[in-house]
Amino acid sequence: MAKPKVATTSLAGCFGCHMSLLDIDDRILKLVELVDFDKSPVDDIKEFTGRCAVGLIEGGCANEENVRVLQDFRRHCDILISVGDCAINGGIPAMRNAVPLKECFQEAYSTDNRLGPAVYNPDNQIPNDPEIPLLLDKVYPCHEVVKIDYHLPGCPPPADTLWEALVALLSDKPVALPYELIKYD
Amino acid sequence: MSETLESAIRDISQACGNDRSRMMDIVEAVQAKYGCVSGEAMDLIAKQVSTHRVEVESVVSFYAFLSEQPKGKVVIRLCDDIIDEMKGSESVAEAFKQELGIDFGETTPDGVITLEKTPCIGMCDQAPAALINNEIITYLSSDLAREIVRKLKKNPDPKKLVGRLGDGNNASHLVHSMVHNNIRLAGEVIFSEMAPGAGLKNALALNPQEVIRDVKTARLRGRGGAGFPTGMKWDFTRQATGDKKYVLCNADEGEPGTFKDRVILTEKSDLMFEGMAIAGYAIGADTGIVYLRGEYAYLRPLLEDVLARRRNDNLLGNDVMGKKGFNFDIRIQMGAGAYICGEETALISSCEGLRGDPKNRPPFPAQKGYLGCPTVVNNVETFCKVARILEHGPGWFAKMGSEGSSGTKLLSISGDCAKPGVYEVPFGIKVREVLDLCDAEDTAAVQVGGPSGQMIGMNQFGDSICYEHLATGGSVMVFNSTRDVLTIARKFMEFFVEESCGFCTPCRVGNVLLKEKLDDIIEGKGKSGDLDYLESLGATIKAASRCGLGQTSPNPILTTIKNFRSVYEAKIAAGKVEEGFQPTFDIHAALQTAEGIAGRKSVHA
Ligand SMILES: Cc1cc2nc3c(=O)[nH]c(=O)nc-3n(C[C@H](O)[C@H](O)[C@H](O)COP(=O)(O)O)c2cc1C
Ligand code: SF4
Ligand code: SF4
Ligand code: FES
Repeated sequence: MAKPKVATTSLAGCFGCHMSLLDIDDRILKLVELVDFDKSPVDDIKEFTGRCAVGLIEGGCANEENVRVLQDFRRHCDILISVGDCAINGGIPAMRNAVPLKECFQEAYSTDNRLGPAVYNPDNQIPNDPEIPLLLDKVYPCHEVVKIDYHLPGCPPPADTLWEALVALLSDKPVALPYELIKYD
Repeated sequence: MSETLESAIRDISQACGNDRSRMMDIVEAVQAKYGCVSGEAMDLIAKQVSTHRVEVESVVSFYAFLSEQPKGKVVIRLCDDIIDEMKGSESVAEAFKQELGIDFGETTPDGVITLEKTPCIGMCDQAPAALINNEIITYLSSDLAREIVRKLKKNPDPKKLVGRLGDGNNASHLVHSMVHNNIRLAGEVIFSEMAPGAGLKNALALNPQEVIRDVKTARLRGRGGAGFPTGMKWDFTRQATGDKKYVLCNADEGEPGTFKDRVILTEKSDLMFEGMAIAGYAIGADTGIVYLRGEYAYLRPLLEDVLARRRNDNLLGNDVMGKKGFNFDIRIQMGAGAYICGEETALISSCEGLRGDPKNRPPFPAQKGYLGCPTVVNNVETFCKVARILEHGPGWFAKMGSEGSSGTKLLSISGDCAKPGVYEVPFGIKVREVLDLCDAEDTAAVQVGGPSGQMIGMNQFGDSICYEHLATGGSVMVFNSTRDVLTIARKFMEFFVEESCGFCTPCRVGNVLLKEKLDDIIEGKGKSGDLDYLESLGATIKAASRCGLGQTSPNPILTTIKNFRSVYEAKIAAGKVEEGFQPTFDIHAALQTAEGIAGRKSVHA
């Protein structure tokens, strides 16, 4: 029987959650025995090659591309997991949610009124290349955009948490994480 | 100004005996005089009645008609309930806004006029209606609204706005209002001629137990909505230990669509006072209080006049009607715009000078009510029925109506019908017969019992109105086939969200969640599990809420799901969303700002 497939992505995240996944150390060898990786930065596969059992999502949705990738994940994965606080709550990127989008741009790019940092931008242009995805009005947690089946909190969630959750899901067992793995204080 | 705030408050408090349980009267008087109860005023009141500032503040912040911030000399409160909306209150609202140059919740810069919205003010049969200070303005139109503002700008005296006077006592100099009674069907219990004292005289010839026995034999049940057997309630109160007992009359009439007590208070208050005196005799009370909703303040002078006449005629006072040792008098307590105060334990709290929070039960008011004393609380109409039962005998009364619901019931009918108004009908009457009476055409839905009751569809028009089938405290709202039951349910949910006292979480939070989900469905963002969600959350709120408000507040949604499920399902099916997205996520809306800044559409659009 073919191995189940796992896909991963980093939306508006810092890749810290992916780093944590790599922190399972030598268990990565066991994981590769258990599953094949599909679309993921781990193997650099850019498009889905088929149906996946599990999709791991790092980061929330800050721009249109994030939304489309997430939508693609929902279409292709049986189970979607929001991994880490950015996926679950929006995290650090969502700090901009209290500021109107226009002001965010000005702060970042404009040299007017000394608003922006030391950017040489005499025409006060806001980057507007069709290649650059448009920003959303605010950063959305993933479950507000598509249905999410599981949430693994943490910034990032510890490697053991990711490991235990993945193994349980892939072997059809209930995800019963011990208290130490989901306590954060 | 010759009078300082301090001396004014001293006078007002002294007039109420510096009694902190009369807090409502004190703060209402201050509000009327100064247009607000300022922080300074609250401190002074607290000192005067020997309590803490927070006690005063909790009252002032609770009631819609009281405020810490100054309001205009004139406060316009436009009813924005569903019936008024159907009769065009939105264009009236626009006209008020334009002519005044302010939005709702604001005061004109000169501090003269404040504009507000309010739920049902009991004028549904002559909607759209507004309360301007204590004056009632009925049959509003946008033209009339503009004219009102112009007049008020010239002379900020709302009394001058009263147009052609209404019928009956509305035209008396004591009431002087343009309200119409709209009595469409006068039955023999409430609206037949009465000789003041007839029922009371018969009662005083019996002993108290015999009076209660007669009320029980008549099988009288409460007319306020819940339908509790009146005789049983009185018996409990009579037997409860306590030297001092009270009779409270619930004239709060807050359930949207109910206005029958208004008509009783205008035309038949004698009957009500008589019933209260009979209750006083039966349970051994010497004091009665009528809790009158703030919206009906315009009726107070008339009621005081009737009370004065009854005192004069020895129908109140000491040794009533020559009965040695039976002393009974009645005072009026004004409410201040809170629906929850119609709930009997909240009503008691309010009479005690507290926030209108319901109390835990047990103990029931019959054991521990007003000021901790055994108390009977009955609806206006219930007391009227008692007076008639004692006048004509329980057999006469019990012969009318249906098996489990004896006697007649006043219905207040509004909405899509040619003859809105008050109808006295025998219990057991079919909905269809009621619709015929009021000349309703093309009726698609009827809300029986107000928002806390139920919305029924055509297949239930054969059911009868009585406690066993369709219970109502009097509210019957008629909707024709052009109306959307979901929008109506949403309006009712807004009402409950606004009027929840906030004490318990299921009601305070749950109703908001129900309303938000309903909003989503109406906006085409519903998804398949939503009806299950609404039903299970609704059941939780009903089971876990502390008082009758929370226990009935999910009804607008639950009964429309039950009786109009297909309307919900059609809405949910029509609102198909892009594959994979949550129904509540709108990618186009989320991108709008960025598209505006970029000056172009998304490349994926
Ligand atoms: C939220 C709420 C509002 C109520 N409003 C009124 C009201 O305006 N008038 C009324 O008579 N009863 C009202 N009731 C019912 C009273 O609690 C109480 O049952 C009634 O006054 C008892 O009188 P009765 O037995 O004569 O009907 C309300 C109940 C609830 C839960
Ligand atoms: S949750 Fe923490 S580690 Fe994960 S993407 Fe966000 S910031 Fe990085
Ligand atoms: S059910 Fe609602 S109105 Fe009643 S006590 Fe609770 S919060 Fe207050
Ligand atoms: S007066 Fe507006 S709904 Fe009753």
